[in-house]
Amino acid sequence: MGGGCGSFRGACVKILTGNDLKTGDVIWWTGNGWSRHVAEAVDVGEHGEAIAAAEEGARRVNVPYVISAEQGPDGPRPAHIKDRIRALGPTVRPDLSIRPADPNAGNWVI
Amino acid sequence: MYRYDEYDQQIVDTRVEEFRDQVNRRLAGEMTEDQFKPLRLMNGLYLQLHAYMLRVAVPYGVLSSRQMRMLAHVARKYDKGYGHFTTRQNIQYNWIKLADAPDILAELATVQMHAIQTSGNCIRNISSDQYAGAAADEVGDPRPYAELLRQWSTFHPEFTYLPRKFKIAVIGSEDDRAAIQLHDIGLQLRRNEEGTLGFRVYVGGGMGRTPMIAPVIRDFVPVEDYVSYLEACLRVYNRYGRRDNIYKARIKILVHEIGADEYRRQVEEEFLHVKQLGIDPPAAELERIAGFFADPAFEDGLADDVALDDPEFAAWVDQNTHAHKKPGYIIVNISLKPVDGIPGDASAEQIDIVADLAERYSFDEVRVTHAQNLVLPHVKKADLKTLWQQLKAAGLASANLDLVTDIIACPGLDYCSLANARSIPLAQDITRRFADPARQKDLGELKIKISGCINACGHHHAGHIGILGVDRKGEENYQLLLGGSGAEDASLAKIIGPGFTETGVVDALEKAIETYRTLRTPGERFLDTYRRVGIQPFKEAVYG
Repeated sequence: MGGGCGSFRGACVKILTGNDLKTGDVIWWTGNGWSRHVAEAVDVGEHGEAIAAAEEGARRVNVPYVISAEQGPDGPRPAHIKDRIRALGPTVRPDLSIRPADPNAGNWVI
Repeated sequence: MYRYDEYDQQIVDTRVEEFRDQVNRRLAGEMTEDQFKPLRLMNGLYLQLHAYMLRVAVPYGVLSSRQMRMLAHVARKYDKGYGHFTTRQNIQYNWIKLADAPDILAELATVQMHAIQTSGNCIRNISSDQYAGAAADEVGDPRPYAELLRQWSTFHPEFTYLPRKFKIAVIGSEDDRAAIQLHDIGLQLRRNEEGTLGFRVYVGGGMGRTPMIAPVIRDFVPVEDYVSYLEACLRVYNRYGRRDNIYKARIKILVHEIGADEYRRQVEEEFLHVKQLGIDPPAAELERIAGFFADPAFEDGLADDVALDDPEFAAWVDQNTHAHKKPGYIIVNISLKPVDGIPGDASAEQIDIVADLAERYSFDEVRVTHAQNLVLPHVKKADLKTLWQQLKAAGLASANLDLVTDIIACPGLDYCSLANARSIPLAQDITRRFADPARQKDLGELKIKISGCINACGHHHAGHIGILGVDRKGEENYQLLLGGSGAEDASLAKIIGPGFTETGVVDALEKAIETYRTLRTPGERFLDTYRRVGIQPFKEAVYG
């Protein structure tokens, strides 16, 4: 593991994401299933590709891929802004985000 | 407007059921994503950042009230209560579930709509002038010709797998409101010296990674030959367009590489052959199609003046209306660009309201513009104030058409999986910065266009001021471009210098605009001043 992801200093972890096949929802691998909340994503280490292949084969996820994330006290924060927007929702429609009641949710993205 | 015959309807209905079966097979695991992806894309279904996205075709930007109500219904029932009108005059829904997609397409088919050929390397939805059939400056109505091209290009067996996607725009005026010189093929309806109706044909324009203005390939093609001529244009492209490099596959690259003269020579040679095949429809068929676009029942002898006693109403009339060909009528633009709004977004309620207003005041017709606004094409001047009051109540009366806050913006990184940076927040920042109506009016026509990546869905190359979002080491960065135009005076904007942060680019844009204000002569638009003085004064103001 590197010392950080992007401009942050926390431990860099690998997490697995994709979209729900039926709904298209953004989902994150929790170790024993999928969650819509990136905070529940776990470090897959070097096993991401194997998990992705098995889960995609079982049609529990669509187009899975492994990303780098910063491990923080509230869970992983994806290294790239694109994945942070995927995790939260469009920054211009906080009402449609995964945390609509949190007025500071947008700060987590930027 | 055009109405499907039994064959049109059967084609669309059959396609829906075919897609339903494909979706079922995908959900049952009988197809992998690699196998399914081209099939869903052929039906307008993308997988974007947050969900599936459905792009619904609006042929040449024309909608009836019934169709608008269906669009609102889809937004309400299957999406999150809104839709996004695009720079291709289409509408996109951002939160579609795969299992719902066939039902949505089935519902759309009941109002003669579909999502066929809104993706893929085929001829896409034909776009046109939003004022078609209404504008006072029109030589002829481009819609029947666009409709015929729609029929010709739908499921065309030879042009289903072109080297790359293909976009055609058709206009009928000298004023270009459809950016035809920035299309793969642009057609301008005109009369030659003998008074015969035909098309000036531009081929090889486009934006994206390699922006180009299309050269004129034929100055005049009689209308009875234009389908054959386009067939020849496409055949030459299909034969020689590059398939080994996606970045060099558009027709603009072919025309540029072999030169307009050589491309023209080959097209003319092919045309001589194609013309023998008899693919141009008989005049009676074009007349039949034109019959669908006959003028509505305009009243004669109507008063041609509007009482402008209310200053707010007067400002809106001055900015958002356009001359109609029929005395007593006027074309109304409905801006989807309120301050702090999302360009092109409309709620289901707003779409329903526009449908109602179109039914009541505009002979049941709505148009979508490539600038992501809506148009009521045939409004009686006597109804104008009442209409305005109802638009205002619905938050649809922003008096900013073609002003600094009437910004084109692609969905950007907030929605799009191809984007490198967000576009919408920038547009919102700019509208807040220039919210003062008096300041907007003082600045005059100023077209700002923002793209979140090099693919240029936000037409940044054609902006008087363009902004391009890029990824710089994982951070959003924005390049400022000046001097573009998508109108009849088409030009490509140039990058002014090193990029900026989000706040930085809005500051830079404001400095460029203030430079214009300082340097302009009476009557000059931003673009005119830029063309007169060049980029240097703007550069000095922005970076000095």
